[in-house]
Amino acid sequence: MSMKLSTRQVDGVTIVDCSGRITLGEGSVMMRDTVRDLLAKGNKKIVLNLGDVNYIDSSGIGELVSAFTTTKNQGGELKLLNLTKKVHDLLQITKLYTVFDVKDDEAAAVKAFK
Amino acid sequence: MEQQVSYTLDSTLETVDHAEEKATRIATELGFGEDEVMQISMAVREGAVNAVLHGNAYAPDKKVVLSFERTPEDLVITIRDQGKGIDLGGIPNPLAPENLLKTSGRGIFLMRSFMDVVEIRPSQTGTEIKLIKHVHGAPAGGKEASQ
Repeated sequence: MSMKLSTRQVDGVTIVDCSGRITLGEGSVMMRDTVRDLLAKGNKKIVLNLGDVNYIDSSGIGELVSAFTTTKNQGGELKLLNLTKKVHDLLQITKLYTVFDVKDDEAAAVKAFK
Repeated sequence: MEQQVSYTLDSTLETVDHAEEKATRIATELGFGEDEVMQISMAVREGAVNAVLHGNAYAPDKKVVLSFERTPEDLVITIRDQGKGIDLGGIPNPLAPENLLKTSGRGIFLMRSFMDVVEIRPSQTGTEIKLIKHVHGAPAGGKEASQ
C-alpha cells in the first residue's frame, strides 16, 4: 500500500516511476524529498510517471503542485505521465489538469522538453 | 431500521488510514459501487485529516469520534474533533485562479465534491463534519467499537 519511487534517465530527462499511494505522511514526504534531491543535483527536466499510483489524497495533490512549482521556480520543467483514471479525475475536478503538462506516452513526454 | 457503529480514535496519522479503511469496508458492505466507495473513503479520509491535523493538532489527549449510521435512505458519517473549531469563513475557494497553485486547502472541497450532503458545524469545543451519501443495497451490521 505504501509508496515506492525509483528514478532513471532517458535522453537527459529524469523519469520518476511512482507506485502506490501519494497521501499525507510517508508518500508525500518521499515525493517531496525525491524532487528536491533531483533539483539539487541539477536534474531539472523531470517526468513523474504516475501509471502505478492507485490513490492520491488532497495532501498528495498538494505535493504534485509543490513539485511542479518548485521545479519551475528553479528554472526546470516537470511533466506528469500516465495518469490513472482516479488521478485524472481528481486533477479535473480540482482544475489542475490544465495547469500540469500531462502526457500519456513516455517518448513523447521526453521529446516535449525544450 | 437504523444501524450505527462508532469509533473513538487517537489524534494520529494512523487514525486517518484507519478511518479510510473503515469507510471503505462499510461502504462496500452497503453495496455501493467501486467509484462511490472510493468517493466515500476519500471524503472520510479528508474529514479525518481535518480532525487530526487542523482540529486536534495531534494532541494526545484529544480524540476523534467517527461514526457511521445507516438510515433507510442514507449512509450518514459523522467526524468530531475536540479542537478550537474550524473558521469556515477563512477557507479559500481552491478553484479560484489565485489559489490553484496552493499546496493545501482542498480537503473540504473534495468532501463536498464526493458526498451528497456535507454539513460542517464548528464550535468552541470542536468541529463536527457530517457526510451523507444516499445508499442502495443491503444494510451493514450495527455494533459499538473503540480504539
